Amino acid sequence: MSTANQPPSRPAQRIQYAFTEEQEQFRSTLRRFLEDKSPPTEVRRLMATAEGYDPAVWRQLSEHLGLPGIHLPQEYGGAGFGMVELGIVTEELGRALLCAPFFSTAVLAANAIMNAATEEQKAALLPDLAAGAHLAALALTELDGNWDPDAIQFRASASGGGYVLDGTKSYVVDGHIANLLVVAARLAGDKVALFTTPSDGGGITRELLQSMDPTRKLARIDFKSARAQLLGGEDGRAALGRTLDQAAVALANEMVGGAQKLLESAVSYAKMRVQFGRPIGSFQAIKHKLADMLVDVELAKSAAYYAAQAAAVEDPEWPALASMAKAAASDAYVRTAAETIQIHGGIGFTWDNDTHLWFKRAKSSEVFLGQPNYHRELLMQRWEV
Amino acid sequence: MSKISEAEVRAEVRQWLAENWNTNLSLLEWRNKLADSGWGMPQWPKEWYGRGLPVALVRVVEEEFAAAGAVGVLRGGIGRLAAAVLLEHGTDYQKKKFLRRIITAEDTWCQLFSEPGSGSDLAGATTRADFDGTNWIINGQKVWTTSAHHAKYGTLLARTDWDAPKHEGLTYFILDLKQPGVEVRPLRQMNGHASFNQVFFTDAKVPPEHLVSTVGNGWQVAVTTLAFERRFADGTGAPSRRGPREGRIYEEERAETATVMEPYKWYPQRAGRVDLVIERAKETGANRDPNVRQEIARLMTLARSAEWTARRARAAQRQGKPQGPEGSLGKLAASHIARAAARVHTMITGTAAMLTGTDSPRGGTIAEILVSVPAVSIAGGTDEIQRNIIAERVLDLPKEPRFDTGPFRNVRRN
Repeated sequence: MSTANQPPSRPAQRIQYAFTEEQEQFRSTLRRFLEDKSPPTEVRRLMATAEGYDPAVWRQLSEHLGLPGIHLPQEYGGAGFGMVELGIVTEELGRALLCAPFFSTAVLAANAIMNAATEEQKAALLPDLAAGAHLAALALTELDGNWDPDAIQFRASASGGGYVLDGTKSYVVDGHIANLLVVAARLAGDKVALFTTPSDGGGITRELLQSMDPTRKLARIDFKSARAQLLGGEDGRAALGRTLDQAAVALANEMVGGAQKLLESAVSYAKMRVQFGRPIGSFQAIKHKLADMLVDVELAKSAAYYAAQAAAVEDPEWPALASMAKAAASDAYVRTAAETIQIHGGIGFTWDNDTHLWFKRAKSSEVFLGQPNYHRELLMQRWEV
Repeated sequence: MSKISEAEVRAEVRQWLAENWNTNLSLLEWRNKLADSGWGMPQWPKEWYGRGLPVALVRVVEEEFAAAGAVGVLRGGIGRLAAAVLLEHGTDYQKKKFLRRIITAEDTWCQLFSEPGSGSDLAGATTRADFDGTNWIINGQKVWTTSAHHAKYGTLLARTDWDAPKHEGLTYFILDLKQPGVEVRPLRQMNGHASFNQVFFTDAKVPPEHLVSTVGNGWQVAVTTLAFERRFADGTGAPSRRGPREGRIYEEERAETATVMEPYKWYPQRAGRVDLVIERAKETGANRDPNVRQEIARLMTLARSAEWTARRARAAQRQGKPQGPEGSLGKLAASHIARAAARVHTMITGTAAMLTGTDSPRGGTIAEILVSVPAVSIAGGTDEIQRNIIAERVLDLPKEPRFDTGPFRNVRRN
């Protein structure tokens, strides 16, 4: 993390409403790096490849910036920061639309391991993920696309002192390139547990799906008596739930980063584009739309930032707020993307204009980890309404 | 000027309170002591009833007043805004005549800005002031005037030059409402309350020494008021909730507060009463309806996000950062919240939302929400004006072409 790579300060014990000087510095370092490495031309180049990322850039962001382990403890090779810094990273990645296996490896898989694994397993698995040497994916969703851990039907069974997995997982982000798969499965007796397996083991077939957002690759994975190791204990439901809540917070931050970028592009286009002898940004119809977009994005940012802060200090309310932030950011991002195209007019609907890259990320993120309605219902349940 | 420390201020105010605070005083006697000592408005200059303290130390004085249970100056009200304007633009005569009685709250003030023909476009005021050689003669009408019915003075924006451009033909006056040329009538709102007034002027008089700043500079002075309205420079009015609060002075203060707050009693309903939503949903069973649950979640998300946005703005301000976009959208967010809350309350209440008064749930509170919410997106700057402000000042978008330049006489108006 170059200049910002100080030993982590003691975690804040209460919610902070402003980022610290160090956090802002880290953000600008990261933003400069991403502006350099992930301009839209690079996004377009990488999204057209099957792998979907540039290994050289991944190595740089791992080795120089320590991104994949930003939130992991130093004992496992991480930088020792927490959810707030993870949120800053995902926000900036979402802004730059970086094509890289960050969300799969660092957010979903690494957190699942942190939450579920034994000390020994953490020590064995996390350092490679933190260093960016291994890529990992969380295989949770099945063909029905349900993000509720209680809906898991995929089976694991004890066999010869270990476990075997049988069934199909789908919508596995970066499942086609991951070296390590973390798999959620139901055991006899109905407990949900987490397992790990190398992706090149026997009985595993992976197929890259055609994802609407080509910057976020999805795979379907078939398991036929694939051998796997139990991650932690046989009841992994709580660890999985915590992982998904953390992912919701990270995704909310990623989405507000993208929404902010779109807003900026809409504003700058409205200042430049002239029709009827005036910049279109001087028409109230456009001004008011942009003002509403700003309100939308700022409110969603507040929810995303607060959820990250609440998670960082383990505020008991944070899982509810994770769902709140996810729903709010989903709606705001999709609305902002649609209005950004609208403000661009005809050019906004072309392939050559970059807006659709973020629009597609917005649409896929809207349903990734569960639709806004699903998260609003979770919020209500968690508040015991 | 030597820098005074927080500890010195604290010790000083504490000692003064120990020697002077007495619950058996009348409110007026006590406020006179505040004016004499400067502890009522400590950030005001020493020569004008203050102590010249930096604004940052006012909090210390407030804390000590609160700890002692001591009553402060009247919080809120137009008098404080008028005082801020006079301290910046007033003559010594005006400061001497008005400031002390603002601190003692012997005079109530009102603000005579809005007119039937100029709401959002405040600078389009057409109430006229003509000098007859002795006095300024005022004719016209103001509206949405809180407290005009018991105010002694009003801060008045009137047109003195019809050939100057719109913003340059206005002058700022202090008008005595207790005179024959002034008629105050209550203005009944759609929710049944009459929190505001209409004020009619027929050859009302203002002596030249009550003109503030200079002829034609009224808009600049009014802008000062509006700026103060936004970042109200507080005095030691922080109400203390500590202790039994028994004694003559507390009774008088309670009566004063009741009078001052009377016009605002429906304001919580105007904001949508988000606090009632979940308990109402539970008590009616509407919490079992998945659609209602979705709408409650949306509303609570909006309300919490707006609260956090305001906190982000304050935190950035404390860090000394320039104000970001998060500081400009509170008013618009409040409109969204109020509207969403009214919608959710309606969903929860169902058919009973057809009723009002004591036939309506919660003794009429729910009905009052439904018919008060439309005010939020109008009062203090409409949503549309807020969007213009955000678009032009925050997003730096080009301004609309103007049609109100040149001599005001030729500008199209109502």
